[in-house]
Amino acid sequence: MTGMTLRLQDIEITLKGQRLLQINAQIEPGATLTVMGPSGAGKSSLLAYIAGFLAPEFQAKGEIWLGERCLNGLPPEQRKVGLLFQDPLLFPHLSVAQNLTFALPADVPDRSARVELALENVGLAGFAERDPATLSGGQKARVSLQRLLLSNPHAVLLDEPFSRLDSHLRQEVRQHVFQTLRDASLPAILVTHDAEDARAADGTVIELG
Amino acid sequence: MLRAAPALMVILLVIPVLLGLAAVVLPAFGYLPVLGLTDPGLSVWRELLEVPGIGHSVALSLAAGVITPMLALLLVMLFLAAVSGTRWARIMRQLVAPLLAVPHAAAAFGLAFLIAPSGLALRLLSPELSGWQRPPDLLILNDPLGLSMMAGLVLKEIPFLLLMALAVLPQLQADQRVAMARTLGYRPVYAWLWTVAPALYPLLRLPLFAVIAFASATVDVALILGPSLPPPLSVRIVGWFADSDLTTRMLASAAALLQLTVTLSAIAIWLIAERLLKPLLRQLSLRGIRRRGQATVNFIGRSTLLVTLGTLMLSLLVLCLQAFAGLWRFPDNLPTAWTIQHWQSVGSVLNTPLGNTLLLGLTSVLFTVALVLAALEYESRRGLAPQRLLWAIYIPLLVPQVAFLYGLTLMLEQLRWQPGLLVVGFAHCLFVLPYVYLTLADPYRRLDPRWQQLAAALGASPMRVWWQIKLPLLLAPIATACAVGFAVSIGQYLATLLTGAGRVSTLTTEAVALASGGTRGPIAVWALMQTLLPMLGFALALALPRIIWRHRKAMRGSLT
Repeated sequence: MTGMTLRLQDIEITLKGQRLLQINAQIEPGATLTVMGPSGAGKSSLLAYIAGFLAPEFQAKGEIWLGERCLNGLPPEQRKVGLLFQDPLLFPHLSVAQNLTFALPADVPDRSARVELALENVGLAGFAERDPATLSGGQKARVSLQRLLLSNPHAVLLDEPFSRLDSHLRQEVRQHVFQTLRDASLPAILVTHDAEDARAADGTVIELG
Repeated sequence: MLRAAPALMVILLVIPVLLGLAAVVLPAFGYLPVLGLTDPGLSVWRELLEVPGIGHSVALSLAAGVITPMLALLLVMLFLAAVSGTRWARIMRQLVAPLLAVPHAAAAFGLAFLIAPSGLALRLLSPELSGWQRPPDLLILNDPLGLSMMAGLVLKEIPFLLLMALAVLPQLQADQRVAMARTLGYRPVYAWLWTVAPALYPLLRLPLFAVIAFASATVDVALILGPSLPPPLSVRIVGWFADSDLTTRMLASAAALLQLTVTLSAIAIWLIAERLLKPLLRQLSLRGIRRRGQATVNFIGRSTLLVTLGTLMLSLLVLCLQAFAGLWRFPDNLPTAWTIQHWQSVGSVLNTPLGNTLLLGLTSVLFTVALVLAALEYESRRGLAPQRLLWAIYIPLLVPQVAFLYGLTLMLEQLRWQPGLLVVGFAHCLFVLPYVYLTLADPYRRLDPRWQQLAAALGASPMRVWWQIKLPLLLAPIATACAVGFAVSIGQYLATLLTGAGRVSTLTTEAVALASGGTRGPIAVWALMQTLLPMLGFALALALPRIIWRHRKAMRGSLT
């Protein structure tokens, strides 16, 4: 699987006339750019800008290119940029399988088979009908990542995705996430406080602020 | 479609009120071409001022408009201070919604049967304590000062203000404020009064103005509990409107404007009092009172809470007793014979009013909930400021109903609209919509934005996110809003009476129509029916999400 390159060209985000950050970067398929810095440095705003959710009080300029597509001006649902938050955020009103099915693009055939396979791949066969609230922290993290992959993204944004996990689980989930992203040849941007995360991501690190 | 929702909402809320007010201005100044009266002047006003007892009527309305909200606010603040951080708070929270569901008329009837000379309260005291063998000759109900009317209003407004307060307390981080003040040595009751109450008050102002508008212009409660010689202004306006003599309509128009003035004056008095009291209360809060008298304040707060909520529940109990009472001689605490005859007599004429009530309630709820959801979704997609529509939302609640509904009816009459279910339903929407909006707006805005960001990042279109993620996640508050709206529609008396030209009968109009001269049994049955429906609505609203999400643990928590 050949992935795409994510390019950030002269991106600058300002809040009330004050410049938060300026960034220029190229992230190859399967590579991870780590952005570190104190709170308020604009790390999350950068992700929001790339995903298309920047709050109106921020001003931003600069172009975002994903492969041959310029993402500027596209609505979030057409950007093909996946998100992982601090919490796994499995939709609480849907079953595990429905959470995964929700992510499948409409034109994908054999939907339930795809969902079954995705669950098997992470050792969760038989969990399809479960209530997500009954899963353990590690299981939720794995389902959340599978859901992201099923939506067929071309790039992934990680917003401190391991910070809420217990330390023993953190190691395991971290490995799983980065291995999966590498295998899928996805360019990723990781925002974090944790130097361990940056080391595991094994890519360029940018310090903000 | 979404784009039109906020505009449609504002038009629906504001235009009828403005048109209704405009329609009474011309006749009030002597211009009514239908009657060939085209010579404007102040003669109608002179006539109005010469109506016997008009000053008394105005004074009654004004007093109710100022005293009712003042007492209700004072009691609510005391309750909240006295129960902050205790088990009582949870009990109160659970009681508020069902008590709010009790329509004004039903609560007023219940109170009337409780405190009347031959009511349950005096029966319990007699003959052992009072020595009375027959009902004493006391003017408790319909007393000339309107005290029982105001009591009825206070009783019914307290759950409303409590609900409004409980809804905004989390956003004030009340618990943290209290905890902080307690570490500085303040007892809980003072910690709450000095740190939470001043922040809570500004958020209760608009609801309080709505209480002022309602209390100063109530018709149904006044008919049941209020004085009759003379009655408050609003009741007289309705009387004049029903008069077949068309020139009386000009009098009614002028009186409608007078009613508006009375309500605005009550609000003005409130604002002046607010300005005078604010520095005094600020000073008091900085005096460093930490524990002195705290037991007394706690006792007053808790006992008045018990008394008011208890009275409301006793009133409902009296309705139940009365509805099945056969023979019930005076000092007896309970009826000596029970009967279902009252239910049979009401049952034979129940179909039309019940059908109308259900139809009006369900359609107005369906329409307004859809409209409000669309408007909130538009606001959320555009990232618009949440407060911008609030004044429009409150307009139908702030302008006295009798003032603009009367004009609106005049106007519809001239447009030759047939009074009927359609017009009445439209009028119901006017009052259902604000409550639906006030119930839904907060949970809607507090929904974690990451849900929709995540869903969009997974490739879902805004419509799909709305239908498959946001609306299901918000099912519980949507169900509650439906129940609130349904209760509001069922409680509408004046809107049904005026816009339906008296021809559309509902449970409420039937019940209130019996206020003068009806016998207690059938009244109790009507009032109970009127209470049962909204309670059923609230029960459904509570049960439905639990049934639908029985396999979804996280949906049963406090997600929204």
